[in-house]
Amino acid sequence: MTVRFGGVTPIDNMTLTLGAGTNGLIGPNGAGKTTFFNVLSGFVRPQSGSVTAFGVDVLAMPPFKRARWGVRRTFQTEQAVANLSVYENVLLIEEQSSRRSTTRREDVIDAVEFVGLGPKIRHEVGTLGAAERRLVEVARAVVGKPRLVLLDEPAAGLPDDETVVLGNIIRQIPERTGAMVVLVDHDMELVSATCGQVAVLDFGRVIANGPTRDVLADPLVIRAYLGDDESVQA
Amino acid sequence: MSSGSITDVRDVQPARAADAIDTRLPSMITATTRLRVVVLTIVFLVLCFGVPYLLTSFWLQITLQAVIYSAVTLGLGLLVGRVGMFSLCQMVFVVSGAWMSLRIEQEWSMPFPLLLLVTGVLTGVLGSIIGIPALRLSGLYLALITLMAAGAITLLLKVYKFPNGGGGFWGFDTTKPSGSAALPRPSIALGDIAYFRYSLVVVSLMFLLVTWHIKGKPGRAWASIRQSQVTAVSAGVHTTLYKLWAFALSAFITGVAGALLAAGPGGVSVNQFPVEGSIILLAVVLMGGVYSVWGAVIAAFLLRILPRLLEQKIGLSSEVLTMLFGLGVIQVLLTTPGGIVSDLARLGDAVKRRFSRADAGAGAPS
Repeated sequence: MTVRFGGVTPIDNMTLTLGAGTNGLIGPNGAGKTTFFNVLSGFVRPQSGSVTAFGVDVLAMPPFKRARWGVRRTFQTEQAVANLSVYENVLLIEEQSSRRSTTRREDVIDAVEFVGLGPKIRHEVGTLGAAERRLVEVARAVVGKPRLVLLDEPAAGLPDDETVVLGNIIRQIPERTGAMVVLVDHDMELVSATCGQVAVLDFGRVIANGPTRDVLADPLVIRAYLGDDESVQA
Repeated sequence: MSSGSITDVRDVQPARAADAIDTRLPSMITATTRLRVVVLTIVFLVLCFGVPYLLTSFWLQITLQAVIYSAVTLGLGLLVGRVGMFSLCQMVFVVSGAWMSLRIEQEWSMPFPLLLLVTGVLTGVLGSIIGIPALRLSGLYLALITLMAAGAITLLLKVYKFPNGGGGFWGFDTTKPSGSAALPRPSIALGDIAYFRYSLVVVSLMFLLVTWHIKGKPGRAWASIRQSQVTAVSAGVHTTLYKLWAFALSAFITGVAGALLAAGPGGVSVNQFPVEGSIILLAVVLMGGVYSVWGAVIAAFLLRILPRLLEQKIGLSSEVLTMLFGLGVIQVLLTTPGGIVSDLARLGDAVKRRFSRADAGAGAPS
């Protein structure tokens, strides 16, 4: 897959196969992680390449249909609707989805309770704190039958204890929904606590991919992430 | 309806999702909702049975206009407040509603409710056509485009006027006088008081229709569109469809209002609908408050009753009022985006807190 914006190539001939469960996607700023998400959710059209998930050509669908089909996403800047309640926010996703369901309302409440916002279900999202708004986003991503859950830095700016709570929730998503989860985050503790597999992007290329423990120990990854001290000195 | 035992309820009633929801979401029908229904019913009954006897025929006519125009302001408030689209051609839909009802009635006679429905649907189609630019444009540019559409259609009306029994598409006979055209009223509402009640019922139905939309799936989709295109698309909302639907619904209720107006006292005349009418309409809708359906009622009061009140009681000309509206809009945009209705709500809260200090902690300001 290749994406170009003018002279910039945020994703350069990248090939990535993600397995079931929770996949981490890490890399330095500008590595192409968010661009990759934008391709999947349809805000960016790649110059070349294809995305196949569950036997479906994802890129053939217009963006809103992908969401209906099951591409769910959280954003770095939350997109939960500020003047709707938590319940309405989650219901919005579920009722727009292409899945026929007779237990829609129950599913919505289940999702809200899953992220631990049960007591605040009638609250307007605009009145919630940052961590709670993040949880609303997660509830929106897991309600009903998601197929691909893309979490874009869900823990950014959260204090450590809330990151742990979030990590516990994220870890349960694949089992709960059967969806494939892709987590982008800079918090290595969160990534290693939640992801079985990790892929590392750097300048739009995959430089490592595999079980989390192995990848994080890879010297190539450490160099991409922490900077190339030796080569500067050499 | 205990709020505590959530899991028990699910175990007991796994089959009936609707029952389960009532118990698991105890606040589905809240005390405020009940209060709202009571207030609405009282307002309706007072308007229906009290007001016609309290008012002189002149003021009844003015109030009737306000009632009908509250459907117009409701339609515009829907676009502005719920979907975030600024349209400056709402008056066009009033005109087209009035024109279509007259034209249809001239050709085929049909029961009045059916005539209202057909007029509304046709105006709704016109509305979604005018709404097509809204798919690409927003804010100032959408406002300009709709204003131009309003200008074009007003020009057509100036040339072809309201149908007066002539032939052809326009139904206008140049040899006949072209003062005002009036739609025959339904047989159950021939008198002014009866027609006032009839209109009140129709307009109330429009309010119910809009409330039903806002509280339901379209309302949530519109809220996401209002926040941003990205929000809506990533929620799976078909933005094209819902934007056009908002325009169609807005035009539908406005078209029905136009038809009601055409059968009102004195009927309709060309000079009643200048292009700038739509701008004034946007101003009063903003002042009334676009985030609540009550704002539409206040807007209609500002538009139809307040000018007459000031004119009759103080002798203030309507030009002065237009200037006051301008100041009012500035005030709303700068200090209270929710308009007068949110001011009133805050005032109500303050009064309530003063009278029941025990409950003061519970009623948190929004």
